[in-house]
Amino acid sequence: MTEVVFYCFAAVAVLSALLCITQRNPVWSAIWLVQTMLALAALYVLLGAQFIGAIQVLVYAGAVMVLFLFVIMLLNLGHATSDLRAWPVWVITLGFIAVLAVELLPLMNYSSERMAYEMTRDPKLSDPAVVFQAAHAAQQAAVAQGAAGSIAGPLFGTYLAPFEITSVLLLAALVGAVVLAKRRV
Amino acid sequence: MLIGPALALSAILFSLGVAGVLLRRNAIVLFMCIELMLNAVNLTFVALSQQHGLSGQVIVFFVMTVAAAEAAVGLAIILAIFRHSRSVDLQNINLLKG
Repeated sequence: MTEVVFYCFAAVAVLSALLCITQRNPVWSAIWLVQTMLALAALYVLLGAQFIGAIQVLVYAGAVMVLFLFVIMLLNLGHATSDLRAWPVWVITLGFIAVLAVELLPLMNYSSERMAYEMTRDPKLSDPAVVFQAAHAAQQAAVAQGAAGSIAGPLFGTYLAPFEITSVLLLAALVGAVVLAKRRV
Repeated sequence: MLIGPALALSAILFSLGVAGVLLRRNAIVLFMCIELMLNAVNLTFVALSQQHGLSGQVIVFFVMTVAAAEAAVGLAIILAIFRHSRSVDLQNINLLKG
């Protein structure tokens, strides 16, 4: 059952991503990108990351995409224009995509047994349940503290310094955006 | 677990994002394609966090923050460029070209 739902949302994500990069009107591009992000939020929930799924809907599909639509409307770009590049770029792009596909699509065959063997290099020790103890601990934390609480542990513990630096980054982005968007630069 | 299919899906989404960045000339659509690539990478992190612990989900949190900051600054730059040349077509932005 989970697999059927997963493949449905995966198909939605790929189709709306395709429509996003092929629509000539930027407004439609943005709407299809929102659709992709909502499908990805559903996939996060299916993969056991409920909190990240909620944040995806709130921050990405909500805040960031509203910012995009706001700029499109502000600059009055909401009409279809032909903005595709000339054919030499298409050849380069197809080559690039082919290389990426050859490199990345074999990841489809990922299996936890193989990964455990690659990490230990010993057939006797490579039991996934033993090698990936972090997964078991994460499941226990999710049961004990809930989806948000189990992320809050590492976020305010191990990753406290990056978290604080992120706030400085956001402040810098805020100041930079205001200065850049001011009338006289 | 569904890790393999999720990794394949994120590879497809990343490739679509790269295709969009290379093929479109509209600066805003280009930015959206960059967001698409960031989302594909986030999917990889979430899929593998099932097996390697919750650090992956924390990293997704940071990626989202950086993406939001990048979108804000990038869109402000696009706004400034539009005010300067009345267009967001990257073909017209060749001020630094010799």
